[in-house]
Order: sequence, then structure tokens, then C-alpha cells
Amino acid sequence: MTITLQIDGKEVKARKGMTVLESAREAGIEIPTLCYHEKLKPCGVCRICSVEVEKKGKTRVVASCGFPVEQGLVVRTRSPRIDKIRKVIIELVAPTIMVDGEVAGEIKKIGKEYRADIHRFESRFRAKPTRCILCGQCVRYCNEVVGEHAIGFMGRGIDRRAAFFPEKARACLTCQACFNLCPTGKIPSETDFVVFDGFSVDDYLAGEL
Amino acid sequence: MSNKRLCSASELERLRTGILAKRNPDKPIITVCTGTACQAYGSLEVFRRFADELKKQGSGGSVVEAKATGCHGFCEQGPVVVIFPQEICYVRVKLEDVPEVVSTTLAGDGVIERLLYNDPVTGERIAKAPDIPFYKNQVRIVFGNNKHIDPGEIDDYIALGGYSALSKALFLMTPEQVLEEIKRSGLRGRGGGGFPTGIKWETTRNASRGLKYVIVNCDEGDPGAYMDRSIMEGNPHAVLEGLTIGAYAMGSQEGFIYVRQEYPIAYQNTIQAVRQAEEYGFLGKGILGSGFDFGVTMHRGAGAFVSGESTALMSAIEGKVGEPRMKYIHTAVSGIKGRPSCLNNVETWANVPAIINRGAEWFNSVGTKGSKGSKIFSLVGKVNNTGLVEVPMGMTLRQLVYDIGGGIPKGKRFKAVQTGGPSGGVIPERCLDTPIDFDELTKLGSMMGSGGMVVMDEDTCMVDIARYFVSFCCEESCGQCIPCREGLRMLREILTDICEGKGKEGDIEAIEDIAEVMEDASLCALGSTAANPALTTLRYFRDEYEAHIKDKRCPARACKALTAYYIDPAKCTACMICRKSCPTEAICGDKSIIHWIEQEKCIKCNTCFEVCPPRFSAVRRISGEPLPPPPAPGTRVVREKKR
Repeated sequence: MTITLQIDGKEVKARKGMTVLESAREAGIEIPTLCYHEKLKPCGVCRICSVEVEKKGKTRVVASCGFPVEQGLVVRTRSPRIDKIRKVIIELVAPTIMVDGEVAGEIKKIGKEYRADIHRFESRFRAKPTRCILCGQCVRYCNEVVGEHAIGFMGRGIDRRAAFFPEKARACLTCQACFNLCPTGKIPSETDFVVFDGFSVDDYLAGEL
Repeated sequence: MSNKRLCSASELERLRTGILAKRNPDKPIITVCTGTACQAYGSLEVFRRFADELKKQGSGGSVVEAKATGCHGFCEQGPVVVIFPQEICYVRVKLEDVPEVVSTTLAGDGVIERLLYNDPVTGERIAKAPDIPFYKNQVRIVFGNNKHIDPGEIDDYIALGGYSALSKALFLMTPEQVLEEIKRSGLRGRGGGGFPTGIKWETTRNASRGLKYVIVNCDEGDPGAYMDRSIMEGNPHAVLEGLTIGAYAMGSQEGFIYVRQEYPIAYQNTIQAVRQAEEYGFLGKGILGSGFDFGVTMHRGAGAFVSGESTALMSAIEGKVGEPRMKYIHTAVSGIKGRPSCLNNVETWANVPAIINRGAEWFNSVGTKGSKGSKIFSLVGKVNNTGLVEVPMGMTLRQLVYDIGGGIPKGKRFKAVQTGGPSGGVIPERCLDTPIDFDELTKLGSMMGSGGMVVMDEDTCMVDIARYFVSFCCEESCGQCIPCREGLRMLREILTDICEGKGKEGDIEAIEDIAEVMEDASLCALGSTAANPALTTLRYFRDEYEAHIKDKRCPARACKALTAYYIDPAKCTACMICRKSCPTEAICGDKSIIHWIEQEKCIKCNTCFEVCPPRFSAVRRISGEPLPPPPAPGTRVVREKKR
């Protein structure tokens, strides 16, 4: 079934069951993402893909990666409200991932586009900069695609972190499927395997864990 | 199946008549509140002593009966003992009071004056529970039966007309009529959002054929709120009956009751109630001999606040981590295992039997235009009568705080009331005449929430309150999405800095920016409302923020880093009281030698301020101004000569 919706003033055709993000990308309209991966179920945690949707005269902000297309839906991927969301999100995560006063990769690109001041909250950030924004791509890829379940989440709230299950570590030596997923560049840059919170594959194999 | 199983509406009525026939309405019953709060005061021991004492004094339950009930609501005065039928109310009853209460009741002569409630306003002792202002101004639709029911005794519930609404729904109404009745009643969800219950039910009913679920959300976790606990503990059958009626209306055969881990008594009492309901045929196959089947599974939480969010709760029931997920398709359509799932809060379900029994018109007659019926609040904080109160919607906050709550202790000034827990906000004195109503509270920037109501007096710092609730959410958020996790982390750092005198220009704007993005872009309602305490304190008490940031002054003199303690040499009588109470020996001076505080040793525990006798009031709290110099060491008190 074909659905017609409007994205940024453009008529877009989509199929039932598609998300706003998928139909936008198919129509060549770019929406930034950090936690989205086409092989994975959308989880909507980075919120960078937030867009405004208008339905029956009511406007609200939704995560485009999870919001299903609807006939007659009006979508705005840029607006002062959306730009501010993206700007502040980058400002909030910047201190976590900063190396030598700079952020890298996709986050740097989005930060520039939305004029984020990556140093805005730097002086107030007192946690350990983990270089991880908890997008969960590595965790979900390991669970949903590889099926190894070697990485997971621990803790909650501001103590949430991605953690490595050492019992499962042997698989990682040859798999390395998560290496190219990380939007902050943390995983491929640290190929000595000291990647996840306190565990190292080498330590584990050496019998030290 | 046991022989207790009821197979028709008339069998239920016969059972009820039988129970009532065995009961003598004039027989004195000593009820002891054994809700969690009163149990903390030792009410369980008090109850046991009553049972022993009745045996000892020769009655053994035949002349006078002792009954352990659920929460009566007047928690501040626990353990609460009420003697029926006269409803004589004894408060703060101790073990050693029991023999006297028993002998007085057996003799049937009068009351024990010293155990009666002493009204702080009039100074009079009040004998009967209904005459106590705390109870007098309440309308107890949901909560009223607690005091008559031993939660382990299904007969108590049946005696009060229990399960007659279920019987009426099953035999005299179609599912559509039940649904219509709930829709017309205007009942709105008591868990916080205030969504119209009937519309939610209709969505689930119409969602799809086949398996669908109904769920009781008893994951109440707002600081200071315990309404649902008291219903679940004290009257679990009311919730079960409401749930079963809902299941009938929606065409569901399977229900879940999710009880948070921290509510062991509620969990136990509900399990027992489910077993009894199954025995009597109120649950299971062919309920009351009708063609309707419905069963209930208990689920105990694992200690996460965020699991009270509907999608997180459903994930937990599925056996996954209790974390919220995107719900662009309503859970009423796609919830547990992708099936239509209707989740309502404990209090919402508990309203259903009354609506079915007494009709939508009756329910409509209570409340305001947009909010019908009553609402239970836990009135806590700086208020004289703390406890659970059930009031009609539309009562003003002022009536609640002053008429029922008895005002602010120690003659202090009212400052604000915090409603709706970490998702709600503070409401200042100038809004006290606002009627309590879902929409009115939202207009003020707060929300009804599940019903927590924390009263604050002049000594409470509003920046500190915002910091407290934000810190709570830092630990209780699931931490999945960036706006909520990182937004809260940064809000906490900024608010803590402001409280510690390290606030700087631009902080207020930063708080507002973060709050706006959290509200717009968070994954679930925890995140989108978590900034409300910060936003409402900013809205109503912006000057307090500015005083902290610009003048390094805490107007409430509550933030330790910005407050110093000082003994006024002109007022100090060198009485030694504060000196002896100081835990860090920071107070110098001696008998007849004026006291002063060594600031380096002072931990600002407020003890000296509290113990200094009001007739001297020599200890002052100073914020934002230079500390006057201490007296020269060894200055002696100049006492006026006695004439």
C-alpha cells in the first residue's frame, strides 16, 4: 500500500510499515542519526533524528527512526525547534567524547552543521569521559546480527555503560564486527581491545580476569 | 475446585446475606491499622496484644472482636486504633495501653481521654474518627472501605457489597455497556497522565481479535507517595474486581498485576486475594457461572523506578530489562508481546466497581468539569497532619493543606507544595486557591501525577528542591536516551553548583535550554517531565536562583555552603544548651561567658539553631552578608538584676 506524505514541503511516496527516516532517505532527504543502523531494529536513543510531525493540526517532535509513515503526515526535518534539539544534544555529549579539545567523526560534522558549542558544558562535566555516547550500535549488532551477546549494558541512569562479558570474549578476537560501527571512533581506535569499561580481551585470555 | 466456588449471581447474594446474618452490627470491633506506616510504629505487636488481651479478659472475640485492617490514612498519628460501631479513634496507641482499651471497650463505658486525637488548632480532644478535621473533609470513594476490611478476609469485602459490581456487569450488562458506562463517567487515569480511561479501554477493545492483556500498575515510586500501596495492601479485592470488570469490557482473558519490589505487604496481600478470588470463582474459568474466563498473574518488580512507565513495565513483564521503548503505536494496540495491552494504575482500577455499582451519573456529580470523582493524595512534608487523604476533585490546594492538613507546623510560613513527584513541579502560595484538577495543575506547570503532595515551608530552598528531584532522576532514569541521561547529569551539576555558591551567569539560560530539549526530545515521559521541578522553581522562584548566583545568598538559609551560624552576643545568655548539643564542639564560651561559634569547626547541622530556647533566639542563620565579629573571648553575660 502506497502512502503519500510531505517531508520538508516535498511530496514523498512510501510503503506502509516504513518509518519517516526510511522514507526521507529514500527520497534523498538527509536526517542525521547516531544510533540508527539499517540492519538493526530502531531504538530511538540518540534523538538526533528528531523531526516535527504535524497531524490534524497538531505538531509534535518524534524520533524519525521509529515513527511510522502515515497518509497525509506533514514532516519538517529542520526548524528552529529541531535545530536547537540537535545543537543541545551535541553540546551535551561533547564532553564525554572529547579528545584534546576536539570531537571527531559524525558528531563533529553534526556539531558544525548545527553550530553547537562543544565546549559549552565542558567545565561542568565531572564524570569520566568514556568516549561512549551509549548509542548501543555495538551492543545491538552483537545481539541482533552476530548473535554472540558479548556486549551489553550495565547500570542505569547516568551510570549506564556498555560492558563486555569476558566469558564471551573469545569470539571477539575473530569477529570484530562492531569495529566499524562506533560513531565516536572509540572502538576502531583502540584495537588493543581495551574498549569496554574495565575489561580487556587480552587480560581475559591471559587468565587475569 | 473447592466447594466455595460460586456459580451464579444469586449464590453470591446468598453468601453475602449469610455473612451479614452472622455478624452483629452492634458488636464492638477493635480495628488496628496494620498498613506499612503503622506497622513501622509497631502496630502489628499492638494488634497481637489486643487479641491476647481479649482472651485474657475473658471475651476471646465473642463479645468484642479485634481486626487488623489496612491503612486508615492518618499515618502521622499511628498506630491508629478505631473501635466500631461508635468509631472511637485512639491514636499513637502503645502496647501498654492495650489492656485499658480492652477493659474500657468490654465495659462499654466511655473513652480513654489521653489516647484521643488532640486537635492542634482548637486544643480539644476529639473522640470519634468522623469528627476529626483530617477525616471530616474527605470524600472516600476508593479508600473508605479500608478501615472495615481485614485484607486477608474476602468475606469482609463481600459483606460490604464486594463483587456485586462484577456480578452486575457480567449478568446485567454487555461489555459495550460497561465500556460506555466508564466512558460516560469521565474517569481519567490516576497514574499521572490523566488519560481518559474509557477511551483507552475502547482502543484495546477495538484493537484486534484474540489475545489481549489488562495490567495493574502498582509500581508507585514518587518520593513521598504511597496511595497505591495502601489500596493494594488494604483492599486488594477492589482492584481485582475493577480489573476483572475491565477485562470483561475489553474482551481480555489474561491480566497481570505488577507490584514493585519495595511493597512486600501489598504483594503478599494481593497474592492471597487472588487465591481467594479463584476459590470463590471471581477469577478463573466461567466466572460466577457466566461464560467469561479471566486469570491473573502476579509480577514482582526488581527495584527500578522507571519500570512504572508503561512500555518499561510491559518489557519487564515480558522478562526483559524494564526499560522504556518507543511507543508511536500505543500499547493499548501493541503492548506485551505485541498484543493489545491496557495498563491502568491501581487507583484507576479501584474506582471501577464503584462506578459500575452507582452509575456514571453519580461519579459525574463529584469533581470538576474536566476531572471527575475523587483523588487520593499522600500529604507529606511540612504539614501537621501527614497521611493519605481522598478528596473530591476541585477542592483547592489551600483546603487540602490547611483544613485537612492542619497547616504548617511550628507556626512557620507556607512556601510551596510539590505535586506529581519528580515529574511534577512546585506550586507557590499565590496559587493555593487553585482547584485540584488534572488540567489546572498542568496549567501551573506541575501535574497531578500519581498524587504525591509534599508541603514545604519557609526553610526550604527551592533551588535545593530542584536539585533533589533532578538527582533522584539521575539515578532512576534508565539512561538510554541522550537528552534525559546527559541533560539530567548536566542539570544536576549546574544546580549543585548554584547551591554551593558556584553558580555563574548563563546558568539559568543553560537550565532552560536543557529542559526544553529534554521535554521535546526524550524517549519517554520520565525524561520529558524530569526537568519540571527545575522549570517550575524557576518560574515561581527565579529570584531565589538569582540570589544564589549573583549574591551568593540562599534566601531560605538552607544551602549549607551559603549559610553561616552566628550567636548574637546581645541575646546570648550563656546557658550552655547549644554548647552541650554541638556535635563538633564548635561552640566556645562557658557558663556565664557568652558563646560564639568557631566557623572552621561548624558543620552547619542546625542543632544550635533548633535548641536555642525561643525566648532567647540568640542563634541566627546568616546568608549573603558578612558575619559579624564574635565577642571578645571571655565576655561575661550582663544579667539584669532581679528586683
